[in-house]
Amino acid sequence: MRNLSMGVCGVVLLAAIVCGVGCGKPRENITMAGSTAFQPFAEKLADQYMTTHPDVTITIQGGGSALGIQAALSGAAQVGMADLVTLPPEAASLKNMVVARDGIAVVLNPANAVAALTLEQVRNIFCGKIKNWKEVGGADHAIAVISREAGSGTRTSFEQIVGGITLTSDALIQDSNGTIRETVANDAYAIGYLSHGLVNEKIKPVTVDGFACTEQTIVGNQYKLVRPVFLVYKASVSPACSAFLEYLLSAEAQEIVHQKGLIRAK
Amino acid sequence: MKLNGESVAKGVLSLVAFSALASLLLIAVFIFKEGFPFMLKVGVNDFLFSSTWNPQAGQYGIYPMIVASLYVTFGAMLIGAPLGIAGAIFMNEFLPRSVMRIIKPTIELLAGIPSVVFGFLGVMVLAPFIRAHLGGPGLSVLAASIILGVMVLPTVISISTDAIGAVPNSYREGALALGATRWQSVYMVTIKAARSGIIASVILAMGRALGETMAVIMVAGNTVKIPHAVTDPVRTLTANIALEMSNATGMAREALFATGVVLFVVIMILNAIAMSAIKGAGGRK
Repeated sequence: MRNLSMGVCGVVLLAAIVCGVGCGKPRENITMAGSTAFQPFAEKLADQYMTTHPDVTITIQGGGSALGIQAALSGAAQVGMADLVTLPPEAASLKNMVVARDGIAVVLNPANAVAALTLEQVRNIFCGKIKNWKEVGGADHAIAVISREAGSGTRTSFEQIVGGITLTSDALIQDSNGTIRETVANDAYAIGYLSHGLVNEKIKPVTVDGFACTEQTIVGNQYKLVRPVFLVYKASVSPACSAFLEYLLSAEAQEIVHQKGLIRAK
Repeated sequence: MKLNGESVAKGVLSLVAFSALASLLLIAVFIFKEGFPFMLKVGVNDFLFSSTWNPQAGQYGIYPMIVASLYVTFGAMLIGAPLGIAGAIFMNEFLPRSVMRIIKPTIELLAGIPSVVFGFLGVMVLAPFIRAHLGGPGLSVLAASIILGVMVLPTVISISTDAIGAVPNSYREGALALGATRWQSVYMVTIKAARSGIIASVILAMGRALGETMAVIMVAGNTVKIPHAVTDPVRTLTANIALEMSNATGMAREALFATGVVLFVVIMILNAIAMSAIKGAGGRK
């Protein structure tokens, strides 16, 4: 008897759960995946959107720019995020839009006297042709070049914009913007590069060709190391998804992008 | 009824036991299936013995990483093994039992510290120290070896302690009765009798050092280059897989699986050497 009543309870509970998911208003699921640099911003935007659209669930995943494009192609995610200067050829079948822009700051340790570099010098330092700080007006000490892992969106963009970089085999490799920042903050003779939104007082951005990495110089097209953040998606995305994409370009969403340290898409 | 329950339990338990084996087998099969065709495509020789790693440009040479993994593991053993074995001897032979009962669990607790914490210590304390006193970028073979050497201490100490503790007291009494000093009895009798256990502890530690990823990524610098000094930065096999996994597609991804195959084979070889060493040591006892 006891078993029977427990069984009934179980069935009722199960029905309630199924009904809770199935009988209510249909929920729309949107998945975004890709660039880890844009991931925190996407999460913020998704949270904001979900408070006003309770019938939509948005999941944000990282994985890197390359994975974002793959996921959008395979359908694993409706929207892929890629912070690359130009999209790779495999993304040609996808629609794309620019949701924000991001400067790449070249950073040194605050103890380093060097404050300005030319694009040419940056190229030669990362190629390993300039090996000592005294060649660019600093102390007589070897340069510790710090870069990102192969395939990283930030590294791909950086090398593409600067142009002609074959990374020196002496370069230290760190696997995120955060660890680049820590390494440069700890080593007085290090040089690295990272997303402009992540620069803090522990590291010192240098001017490139005379322009500092600031919002004005990026908007004014004077600072050269700028990359767009692309969203890629299939032409056949659901109406709920295209509504969300539209929201991302709205004044409200762009204001959030701006407040968090990125540059507006337009 | 009772018999029935017993056979059911037996069935379930053997299923569980075999599922563990099966998952190991599946992992091996999967890694080889993904990585081996790639090695044949690129050429086993080129893959293993060329020095340029640039997946974007189609260059897949992991030789510097194989060398790096061996250097770092060897360095970790150079630091961890003598310290660990000496610690185990001291705890067993020279410390009162009551003190050891407190110290041994404390050391075993060390094993529970996450590797990222060791890595963090390495980045914040050890690397700046090496940079300031020995030169180089700080993140280096030496930093990785020291961090790994400390990380494997609990493994070496706890297994060696058990091995030394298992040596019958009559051996020591015999040595002392023959006029040996305490140190002579330790050196000539106890260590020899516990040899296979001590070797096993070092081998296990070596496996851990070779397989450690997080702490190594943080302190080794990840430069793909054959090191010429202990202060040079290196990238190990495990670090290569973890660093590039998230961004790798196509051939680059297969190259990482092939890196996994190499790691697998290196660990197999090490284990085989270990097994025979233990057997040899045990036989001569």
